[in-house]
Amino acid sequence: MEYVSPEGLRLDGRRPMEMRQIRGELGAVAKADGSAVFEMGNTKVIAAVYGPREVQNRSQQLNDQALVRCEYSMANFSTGDRMRKPKGDRRSTEISLVIRQTMEACILTHLMPRSQIDIFVQVLQADGGTRSACINAATLALADAGIPMRDLVTSCSAGYLNSNPLLDLNYVEDSAGGPDVTVGILAKLDRVTLLQMDAKLPMDIFENVMQLAIEGCKAIANYIREVRTFQLVLPVVEDHLGTIREYQATGVSPGHIVFLSLPFLKGIPSQLTLPNSAAQVPFW
Amino acid sequence: MLQSKSFARKTKQGKVVKVVREHYLRDDIFCGASICKVCDSSVARLSSSASAILIVDTNVVLNQIDLLENQAFNDVVVLSVVLEEVKNKNLSVYNRVRALCSNSLRKFFVFSNEHHKDTYVKAMVGESPNDRNDRGARISNFLYQLLSKDFGKSLPLDVNCFIMPKAHWQSAFLFSVESYVKSLGQPDLLDLLVHPTSEDLGMEEVEDLRPAKRRVIYSEHKPMSEITSGLHRGIYHQGKLRVNRYNPFEAYVGSESIGDEIIIYGRDNMNRAFDGDIVAVELLPQDQWHEGKSLSIADDEDEENADVHLVPSSADDAPRNMDLVQSSAEDVKPISCRPSGHVVGIIKRNWHSNCGSLEPMPMPAGNGGVAHALFVSKDRRIPKIRIQTRQLGNLLGKRIIVAVDSWDRSSRYPSGHYVVLIENDIDSRPFSSQVLACLPPLPWFVSSEDLANPNRNDLRHMRVFSVDPPGCKDIDDALHCTALPNGNFEVGVHIADVTNFVHPGTPLDDEATQRGTSVYLVERRIDMLPKPLTEDICSLRSDVERLAFSVIWVHASLFLTISTRYTKSVIKSCAALSYVEAQARMDDSRLMDPLTTDLRNMNTLAKIMRLRRIERGALTLASAEVKFQIDTETHDPLDIGMYQIREANQMVEEFMLAANVSVAEKILKYFPLCSLLRRHPSPNKEMLEPLLRTAAAVGLNLDVSSSKALADSLDRAVGDDPYFNKLIRILVTRCMTQAVYFCSGDLSPPEFLHYGLAAPLYTHFTSPIRRYADVIVHRLLAAALGIYKLPQLFQDRPQLSSIADNLNYRHRNAQMASRASVELHTLIYFRKRPADTEARIVKIRSNGFIVFVPKYGIEGPVYLTTRGEKGGGQWLVDEEHQKVRKMDGSISFSVLQAVRIHLEVVEPQPNQPKLQLTLI
Repeated sequence: MEYVSPEGLRLDGRRPMEMRQIRGELGAVAKADGSAVFEMGNTKVIAAVYGPREVQNRSQQLNDQALVRCEYSMANFSTGDRMRKPKGDRRSTEISLVIRQTMEACILTHLMPRSQIDIFVQVLQADGGTRSACINAATLALADAGIPMRDLVTSCSAGYLNSNPLLDLNYVEDSAGGPDVTVGILAKLDRVTLLQMDAKLPMDIFENVMQLAIEGCKAIANYIREVRTFQLVLPVVEDHLGTIREYQATGVSPGHIVFLSLPFLKGIPSQLTLPNSAAQVPFW
Repeated sequence: MLQSKSFARKTKQGKVVKVVREHYLRDDIFCGASICKVCDSSVARLSSSASAILIVDTNVVLNQIDLLENQAFNDVVVLSVVLEEVKNKNLSVYNRVRALCSNSLRKFFVFSNEHHKDTYVKAMVGESPNDRNDRGARISNFLYQLLSKDFGKSLPLDVNCFIMPKAHWQSAFLFSVESYVKSLGQPDLLDLLVHPTSEDLGMEEVEDLRPAKRRVIYSEHKPMSEITSGLHRGIYHQGKLRVNRYNPFEAYVGSESIGDEIIIYGRDNMNRAFDGDIVAVELLPQDQWHEGKSLSIADDEDEENADVHLVPSSADDAPRNMDLVQSSAEDVKPISCRPSGHVVGIIKRNWHSNCGSLEPMPMPAGNGGVAHALFVSKDRRIPKIRIQTRQLGNLLGKRIIVAVDSWDRSSRYPSGHYVVLIENDIDSRPFSSQVLACLPPLPWFVSSEDLANPNRNDLRHMRVFSVDPPGCKDIDDALHCTALPNGNFEVGVHIADVTNFVHPGTPLDDEATQRGTSVYLVERRIDMLPKPLTEDICSLRSDVERLAFSVIWVHASLFLTISTRYTKSVIKSCAALSYVEAQARMDDSRLMDPLTTDLRNMNTLAKIMRLRRIERGALTLASAEVKFQIDTETHDPLDIGMYQIREANQMVEEFMLAANVSVAEKILKYFPLCSLLRRHPSPNKEMLEPLLRTAAAVGLNLDVSSSKALADSLDRAVGDDPYFNKLIRILVTRCMTQAVYFCSGDLSPPEFLHYGLAAPLYTHFTSPIRRYADVIVHRLLAAALGIYKLPQLFQDRPQLSSIADNLNYRHRNAQMASRASVELHTLIYFRKRPADTEARIVKIRSNGFIVFVPKYGIEGPVYLTTRGEKGGGQWLVDEEHQKVRKMDGSISFSVLQAVRIHLEVVEPQPNQPKLQLTLI
């Protein structure tokens, strides 16, 4: 099948390096501490964050950091044919884990010991790239909840079809069976927190595809900064040495959002999540 | 701008789902005209000097693709909606349009109207997709007309023959193809024009005027829905129609649902199906099943007769089922009756261009020079085709190519139009300038960079030599054999390093991919690569330094391979020997020079390798290749003889096989999913059955359980007749299918087997000058050695598979062409000198038998009864003993018996001379 026409247009009229239309909105769930809806084309995800709050199950309590939990689900009506999906199937367990690990990498968990943060993401409408949309929605919701983070994690996928690297695959392109690289980055820090691919791809092509995905992530990060309606409470935090530091505010966007750049974090290798199904791609 | 597209689709399980897709509209899609002031002209394809821009619609593309391919058509805009419709209707036409659009010499531009913000149309409620597409096309046309005001040129034309004059603005600009072509004033283009058939909308009314004049000859094809349901219920059977090569009125449909082949007799039952079509067949009632008929060679209908032709080299060439048991009328057994049926519908057409000539006819007087002529294809399986032409005088007596357009119920023959005129030879286009631009300048020498390359071994000091057929100019392999001090032998096979010059992605490479192989005809060669490469730069000629890709083994004195090494190299061949020379050197015991010693050592090694291979079960098959001696001035053949195989041939062959096997192992190890290998499937029972029956008739018991068993029983098959063994081997050869290229990721390792060579792995590495497969394998091997990066192509398995398929197809075509060339020369030879010779009966028929003439390598029918005489009763066929016997028992012929025959060229129809064999 021809996914990119010789005229350089994809099936839906995008060019290979173009993303779908994205839209973010804060405060979709009033009861939650933070919530957001994120759309990438026809993919629509809602995320709600509760916490930091008391740990429900005492045995899970961590004394030095916060417990981050994540639950991913797909609404029954999210795909074309309505069907009842059992909760906790392999796929959603895996995605829950991926989201939790990605978010854990950016939340300053050590600031909130003995507490718990719950992230609930639900796919309202699925059209490819749900994993990325979930992460972006979760980031927005965490920011909305005012949970201290190193940076905003943004995620985007890229694939390789008809000898063309393609940004932000939709469902049709996703089900073509080609490689699908999902990347999550801390845009300001230029750190990778998530890198997943379940196919084989030669190293040089893989680097191109991943670079494209990173560009996509950066574009999303720019957009998220423009979502003016959310506020981020600047936390006063201790670093791991116990001293209170002054944080440089590196950028203040029109709605008083402050992004942090933490010098001492630069030495920490980002957590690279490689769940079982992912290929063992060498990291740099 | 974002639009969403939603439609309902039926899934495979029969569920209906609603599909919603995004549809982005853009403002950066340009009109493609270089003089347009509004658009970005960097992507423009349409020339600035164009007097008119043609916008073609779906029907024009589908019907008039031959016309569009003509050079006279330029500055054509193809809308993406048209492309999409063409793609859904006819994929091969789509590919041809796509090729036109990507050809930089032709000015075809694809306008993505579906994604342009101004030309996108939203489906209206109740509007069919077809109507919506039409509306979209019209709006695009309109846009172009608006733009044309900016061009400052004449208004664009719309080559369009069927849009009803609905909107007011159309009438001014719409032209039908016919009137447009007429306005060009080139009469030869008019022949390419396809005339609308009565099925077309516009002609319907015309037909209504005189319905009585139309006589329906064929029954109607069932609609697709009925066929599908019929297939489901088991009333109809689906299969590929194969027309008997010997008798065009008999066809077979291999049906899986029945597990047997259904015979279809006569054109009426075939109901307009062509050879290769996928058809739906309904079985006839059992009492109508025919008997005994398939045993006859020719049919009782008036047309043609069986031809004398070359011996098929494999089962693929021979018509199958010619030999299936058919009891004669005397002992009717109901089970032996084979099901016969008739075609009710055609699921997929296999129409392609056919080569042939026009049936001679007087020049018509009037009718404005338009003449209807009947075209007779060279391929007897194709019926005559009716064509319309304005240049009859020009085409008569010439060989032309004709494409089929339609076959009406009411006409006996399909109608078509002529495509190309071929002056009695194969169309072998010269290489284009872009291709030639990829060649290194001549004269070419090994440069110092090549020598300095760490990946390239300097083997110039080695005593390398080549052994080829006499007069061979494209030498792609050379050998060396050095006795090492410790008693071991180092043997090297050096193959021309074609990939050093043919780089992936260049026009040269694309052209070679398309050609796939060089074609060897009796007196000429159609090259895969341009001449400077094949005969000079790559050719491993003697006494010049050349680049090579080498496989070097070290053989222990026990003739076990100790090590294998692969390297790029520079060699300097010291002698380019012919097989005869090499053989003479080895045989001459007085010669003791180092080269001869090397040759002898090699020969000893080769013999042992050969023995070992045969032990493993490799088949020694015989072929009936013939060789011509050609008169250098008239190009007429002077003599024909069987190709003689010497020890030297076998020696070279042995090392080439070994190199291929070694390379196959290496590349498969590195690229288990994307290696190009060659396999030879084991023959199945059904294919071997006629052979076994023939063998049993002469009291020979062949064991076909494995290739080893078969090889052994072939060795035992020695009759009192010296030619007997070879004859049996030839018969075995033709039962086999052909070996094919494939991509290793597509099959499982047990299927990689090469049956004939008894090698678990095999590929082609040794002739990159004349086979593209070898070029691919060279690249794979270089990548395995880490010399180059693996080209993109190999990462795309479907693409590699499609290349492998194309190679198989080209390879087969090349073989067909060589065979046809040999057949032609045989004919020319016998035209002047009818001969009497000895022949062997290979098949028995009710009215004659098929003989094989060993001396000339040809095969053909011999009739016992004269044609037209329905005297089948005089001769009795004894199926079990493969004998045909006269009623009174006076004469009988049995299979493999030697007979004397007379060969003569007769010409029953003009332009169709053929060889006739008669019994003496």
